[in-house]
Amino acid sequence: MKLFGRINLAGLATFCIFLLLWEGFARASPLLQLYFPPVSRILLSLCQLIFSWELVGHIVATLGRFLRGYLLATLLAVTLGIVLGYFKLAYSLSESLIEFLRPMPSVAIIPVAILFLGIGDAMMVAVTVYACAWPILINTIAGVKNIDRTLINTARTFGLGRWKALRKIVLPAASPYIVTGLRVSLAIALILVTTSEMIVGVSGLGFFILDEERSLRTDNMYAGIFLVALLGYGLNRLFLVLEKRAMAWHRRMTAGEQI
Amino acid sequence: MRLLEVEGLSKSYRQTGGDSTLAVHEISFQVDRREFVSIVGPSGCGKSTLLMCIAGLIPPSSGTVRVKGVEINGPPQNLVLVFQEYNRSLFAWRSVLGNVLFGLEVRGKISREAEEKACHLIGLVGLEGFERHYPWELSGGMQQRVAIARALAYEPEVLLMDEPFGSVDALTRLELEDTLLRLWKDLRTTILFVTHDIEEAVYLSDRIYVLSRRPSRVLLRMDIHLDRPRNQLSTRSDPKFVELRNEIYRQISDEAIK
Amino acid sequence: MKWRIESKLNGILVLVAVIPVWEFISRAELVNPLFFPPMSKILQSFFLLVLSGDLPYQILLSLKRAAAGYLLAALVFIPLGVVMGLYPWVYRLLEVVIEMARPIPPPAIVPVAMLFFGLGDEMKIFVIFFSCAWPILLNTYDGVRNIDRLLIYTARTFGLSRRRMITRVVVPAASPQIMTGLRVSLAIMLILVVISEMVGSTDGIGYFILDAQRRFKVDQMYAGMLSLAIVGYALNQLFFLSYHRLLAWHKGLIGVGPT
Repeated sequence: MKLFGRINLAGLATFCIFLLLWEGFARASPLLQLYFPPVSRILLSLCQLIFSWELVGHIVATLGRFLRGYLLATLLAVTLGIVLGYFKLAYSLSESLIEFLRPMPSVAIIPVAILFLGIGDAMMVAVTVYACAWPILINTIAGVKNIDRTLINTARTFGLGRWKALRKIVLPAASPYIVTGLRVSLAIALILVTTSEMIVGVSGLGFFILDEERSLRTDNMYAGIFLVALLGYGLNRLFLVLEKRAMAWHRRMTAGEQI
Repeated sequence: MRLLEVEGLSKSYRQTGGDSTLAVHEISFQVDRREFVSIVGPSGCGKSTLLMCIAGLIPPSSGTVRVKGVEINGPPQNLVLVFQEYNRSLFAWRSVLGNVLFGLEVRGKISREAEEKACHLIGLVGLEGFERHYPWELSGGMQQRVAIARALAYEPEVLLMDEPFGSVDALTRLELEDTLLRLWKDLRTTILFVTHDIEEAVYLSDRIYVLSRRPSRVLLRMDIHLDRPRNQLSTRSDPKFVELRNEIYRQISDEAIK
Repeated sequence: MKWRIESKLNGILVLVAVIPVWEFISRAELVNPLFFPPMSKILQSFFLLVLSGDLPYQILLSLKRAAAGYLLAALVFIPLGVVMGLYPWVYRLLEVVIEMARPIPPPAIVPVAMLFFGLGDEMKIFVIFFSCAWPILLNTYDGVRNIDRLLIYTARTFGLSRRRMITRVVVPAASPQIMTGLRVSLAIMLILVVISEMVGSTDGIGYFILDAQRRFKVDQMYAGMLSLAIVGYALNQLFFLSYHRLLAWHKGLIGVGPT
């Protein structure tokens, strides 16, 4: 199956068919229109909202919180993850603490964050950082710990010191895991931002979507969902591009089309 | 009707550049029941490709492979291939016993009897006592024995082996050669064995087909009339052995010079 | 074995040390005691709530919804992931649809779920089903896609039918990655049940915590969070038990960190 450049025609086709079916059903039954407004109407609302600048403010707000939260979390969690994965002592000390805190859903932090930081950007970013940190941390630790024994022995036999081994062998070898963690956290960041916007927000896409649902302006609601999905999609694509660059070696090592 | 017949087999690959390389060029040979036939050739000449085609895992570009007169179309039911990289071929999630049992399970044999049979095979390859171990706990030579036992549990009519002893150390290799000969004799199977090691081929086989460099073709067919049972000491010092080995080596070097 | 016990002990000591430290910080009013009540007070509330049956009831409600959504997601998306991993054309066909649906932050689905299902259990089950889908699906897909080609060749040389190959070789070989997906989804499940309860519910542990914060019953809020941490921890332990059972063979293959 040939892929034209980077565009997956077959996949796009499937998606378009899905949209057409939606449009068809919506137009066929006026009863459904509240729940499934025609795609055309959603797109119309979308354009109206964007060009009236109303939605743009929300987008910017959400994006800002997302970026601050995600990047800060990455920095903290990867660093900590490497330390904990690498040094058995550090890990053993923090293991129980991590195992205790980690399973608590990060969203439970929201009320606490509201208490301490009030309702505003600071609270939303803080919650996002807290939530994103865990998958990245866990995966980084796992990645460092799960390095094939053979690789470690290879490093040793080449007389690599701890820091060199870290840079040249541990990080690259652990990177598939770390990248998995980063990919998971991408989604979690957006989850937390939109959630906090729904619970306490007065701006942002999360707030917007809930607000429109409450007013039963479902075409606006879907427009908002589409937009936040688009935002997520764009971020994801960006992530994949970066990942492909960095992880090309891993892809080639593994099986694929031979069944 | 021969057990295994390869006729005019060719295989070419399309490179990423767009050109195609011919790996195997019109190879023909036969294997009869209970024979031990080896294919010898320099590294990279396409022996593995040839074997994969015979095993039905990749389609040849032209030519046919016939098992008991029937042309194959995919992996034939009565053939099994033992790979060189045993550590990637063994099932990491199954114990030694589990792996060997797999060969039986696939044949529909799941019973106490099957388990006994598997244990018997494990004993035959010299791994008695290691039934409950996992592959990663074993050395390379031991892992390859498990792979062989697993293949034998399948009771194939022809056992295909792709440089099975290529990834083990020299001493283990000699052990494994003798183990294989013993198995071949006791179980009365037919073996098609691929190797780059001339002496190994002469030591093990009834007949050898020598391949040229890529694109490989059959340079020479040599019948090995050495006494059986073979012995690492006496057979290898037999003047006939040396003669055979030298002849093969000569053919290969001559071809390399051209 | 000995160092494992030792390391666990280290960790637990650290954990236990938190209690007196917290107590001190609170009583010494280093942080506003309104936001940071003494641990003793929190524990008191906790035990009262547990004994009165209040907390367990809320938790059970939440767990019921969460489990339903999670299991449904596993039942649907593991097989789908396997199919996608084995047949790249299926992946390509669905890729765009998945990539469009996946970035929708699950909280954004909550208003839609509310639109369709109101504020009942189905709303939450739907949200959880949707959110858990992606980690499970993608990890399964990755796991299957990354299977060593040689294993497939081995399966084929033994004449395995496609179905047999999938159950006997593909799934076991991919199981470590599938488990990763399930583990990640477990966390997401808990997060989402709390979110959906905070945004649109009148019961459940998520609602309980948020409500406690709103009414400034701060010690109850922390107690709720504590119970949530315990539940999360318990679920995790349960998960790990089954992981160790099923994937004992995998642990041996991989190294266990340098030092």
